[in-house]
Amino acid sequence: MSAAPTAAVHPREHYLNVDYGIRSWLLTTDHKRIAILYMISVTVMFFIGGIFATLIRLELMTPAGDLVTSDTYNKLFTMHGIVMVFFFLIPSVPAVIGNFVLPMMVGARDMAFPKINLLSWYLYVIGAGITLYCITIGGVDTGWTFYTPFSTTYSNTYVFGSIVGILFAGFSSIFTGLNFIATIHKLRAPGLTWRRMQLFLWSNYATGVIMILGTPVVAIALILVAVERVWHIGIFNPALGGDPVLFQHLFWFYSHPAVYIMVLPAMGVVSELVTTFSRKRVFGYEFVAAASIAIAVFGFLVWGHHMFVAGISLYSALLFSIMSYLVAIPSAVKVFNWTATLYKGAISYRTPMLYAFGFIGLFTMGGLTGLFVAALGVDIHVTDTYFVVAHFHYIMVGGTVMAYLGAIHYWWPKMFGRMYPEGWAKLSAGIIFIGFNVTFFPQFLLGYLGMPRRYHAYAPEFQVLNVMSTAGASILAVGYMLPLIYLLWSLRYGEIAPANPWGSTGLEWQTTSPPPTHNFEETPVVTEEAYAYDKHPEMEFVA
Amino acid sequence: MAEHTVPKKIYAAIWATLLAMTLITTLVAFVDLGRFNTVVALAIATFKASLVVLFFMGAKYTPRLTRVVIICGIFFLGLLLAFSMVDYLTRLWPA
Amino acid sequence: MSHSTEAGTVPHPALQVPYRDLDQQRETATLGMFVFLLTELMMFGGLFCAYLVYRTLYFPSFQEGSKHMDLAIGAVNTAVLICSSLTMALGVQAAQKGRSKAIVSWMAVTLLFGCTFLVLKGVEYYQHWRAHEVPGLGFDLASSTAGVDIARVQLFFVLYFIMTGLHALHMLIGIGLVTWITICAGKGRYTEGYHNPVENVGLYWHFVDLVWIYLFPLLYLISRTRT
Repeated sequence: MSAAPTAAVHPREHYLNVDYGIRSWLLTTDHKRIAILYMISVTVMFFIGGIFATLIRLELMTPAGDLVTSDTYNKLFTMHGIVMVFFFLIPSVPAVIGNFVLPMMVGARDMAFPKINLLSWYLYVIGAGITLYCITIGGVDTGWTFYTPFSTTYSNTYVFGSIVGILFAGFSSIFTGLNFIATIHKLRAPGLTWRRMQLFLWSNYATGVIMILGTPVVAIALILVAVERVWHIGIFNPALGGDPVLFQHLFWFYSHPAVYIMVLPAMGVVSELVTTFSRKRVFGYEFVAAASIAIAVFGFLVWGHHMFVAGISLYSALLFSIMSYLVAIPSAVKVFNWTATLYKGAISYRTPMLYAFGFIGLFTMGGLTGLFVAALGVDIHVTDTYFVVAHFHYIMVGGTVMAYLGAIHYWWPKMFGRMYPEGWAKLSAGIIFIGFNVTFFPQFLLGYLGMPRRYHAYAPEFQVLNVMSTAGASILAVGYMLPLIYLLWSLRYGEIAPANPWGSTGLEWQTTSPPPTHNFEETPVVTEEAYAYDKHPEMEFVA
Repeated sequence: MAEHTVPKKIYAAIWATLLAMTLITTLVAFVDLGRFNTVVALAIATFKASLVVLFFMGAKYTPRLTRVVIICGIFFLGLLLAFSMVDYLTRLWPA
Repeated sequence: MSHSTEAGTVPHPALQVPYRDLDQQRETATLGMFVFLLTELMMFGGLFCAYLVYRTLYFPSFQEGSKHMDLAIGAVNTAVLICSSLTMALGVQAAQKGRSKAIVSWMAVTLLFGCTFLVLKGVEYYQHWRAHEVPGLGFDLASSTAGVDIARVQLFFVLYFIMTGLHALHMLIGIGLVTWITICAGKGRYTEGYHNPVENVGLYWHFVDLVWIYLFPLLYLISRTRT
């Protein structure tokens, strides 16, 4: 692979200026434009989900339920969960970063099915629209988990509408996964064998597999709830002999692997960041690649750990508990391998690397606390408390959101041909890291001490930790606002980026920044493994 | 990639077999085999399904990747059914 | 970047953007269809899971419910779908040979079979409604067989209607797809070099048949021995 040109000028024609006007964006089939459309949409949804989080944390500053009624509070955490899970976390890294970068990483001109890619964005937007509409006309209060029989029979909120919105988002996800699988199998450039692929591709491939296998099952589970809601007859109703726990089996069969949809692409990002910013091959490439596949497969074997106290049999719980320990192993393998990659690397502390460090540390904490809840005995004590809330926020926010921000900063020059302001970026990363820990670490303590989740009022002895958590949330909010501001600023005033500012060996960096619509002037031919920094000492940072 | 054209005779034979198996499975339902009624019915259904997948859908002649996709589907569906049933079948076991 | 295979040749009008030739496009589209069918398998799979759980728990009630199924229509419908799969496969073969007229004929017959299935299904649903066997619409069944709980027989019927209803919806979509293929074939769109959409619609159609191959014994044939 040749070294990238270092002259910092924009290419004359690239995918952003090849065509102007709203139609050229809304009818595009260019995966890069679709990625930008997704980026705008998920950012909007992220801030809406954040508004709900703000209201939750404001309510929880005082022990009494004095800011909102308990019914409203139920709606707040439900809508926070639905918006964040289905409309931010699931699409964020795959649909924004994956869509933009994946075809370039395989050396293709576009995804395998560009029109289906655009369709997937429209499905997302329609789903988001329907869900937001339900939120504005009254909301939904079942929890993002829609447990029956409350969701089917007793809730007086817009369950049906919310489900329809989520179904659209689910189909959007399925089409994204379909594209990933087909593109990676069929459109790899000459010479790009599986063993030479960048690890981001392995992660997104595994993610695509999960999207394909899992999403349809939650779709049918939610359809059954919708049917029961409309016709007042369904298969989860105990009066007919139905079992509410069956809903939970079908729901969690997807929703547990869904958390791997959220984390695997983030792990793929971290693999890219750690190698680029330590100028080293990844330690144990095959193990990291295999770990991605193992996480995807094992992730389907553990869903019952969300149901330990729901009434499943003890033997089934034992099986799921053992499996939950096993699924941690490939994740740990990845953490060890990233750490070993850093060892004796030429580490550069640019913003994307800071986010990668943040991911590794916080994901590890979140993952270790996962082992706590995987133990049956401990789970009896901490289930449905803030311990679990803290556990999954460490992974989803400390992990996925950090990796997403790291990815945005890393590929920003590729997407827009501009550098972000490094000083502000580092400051924001620091604020986010501090804000995150101040928000969520106290929640481990709260949960262990017994504060239940989804309660808008609590015992007075929990107030200090709650106030700390809310204070942290306000710091975190500032941290998230800053990138929104300086990244937008950089589009106009940022330093013009060279084609490969990070001197990365990644295939996506071997074309101009921003790239032309068809990605490469000539189909690249791959002749060596990924991250071959030792073979290319001439590649270096130029930004 | 050259496509494999299945001779029309084979299609006709598959079709006839499928119809015959449908008749058989219907008739067997009237014979009391106890628990084996279910086993036989599912075995016949699986045999019919295999014929459709292998010949009508051409899985016999597609590249290996397609067969991996099909096997994966069956495997993960099997996981859903099996692990769910582990719960229901062991709920009344002594703790 | 040029995407024609030889210098100076005009790319086939059906060749889409990321592909270097029609072969790669065809292989990828077929892979895509199989992966999509995987999602359909998992979706119906969730219903089969619910069926498996409840049948295991409430076998006598399910047996009772199955006795109220119209076996004649069920068996005939199974045969109808099998015939439609044959005609679809022959239509796909005609497409592989680029014979537009034959494609149209076979697809038309397939459509006929498909519509026959839906009409018979409609008749069946109507019969159930007349016999007060539709849950939520005046469900009223009496049974004095031991071990049978009418509430659970109703559960059987709920599953029956949802499973066959979802299947019928997929048949309807299939009929739409086959109609589209027929129209395109009538316009001479498919040749020996390009006919992949016909193959992929065929795959979808066969899949819907596959689901029915399992639905029939599970819903209609739960031991009809006289007890």
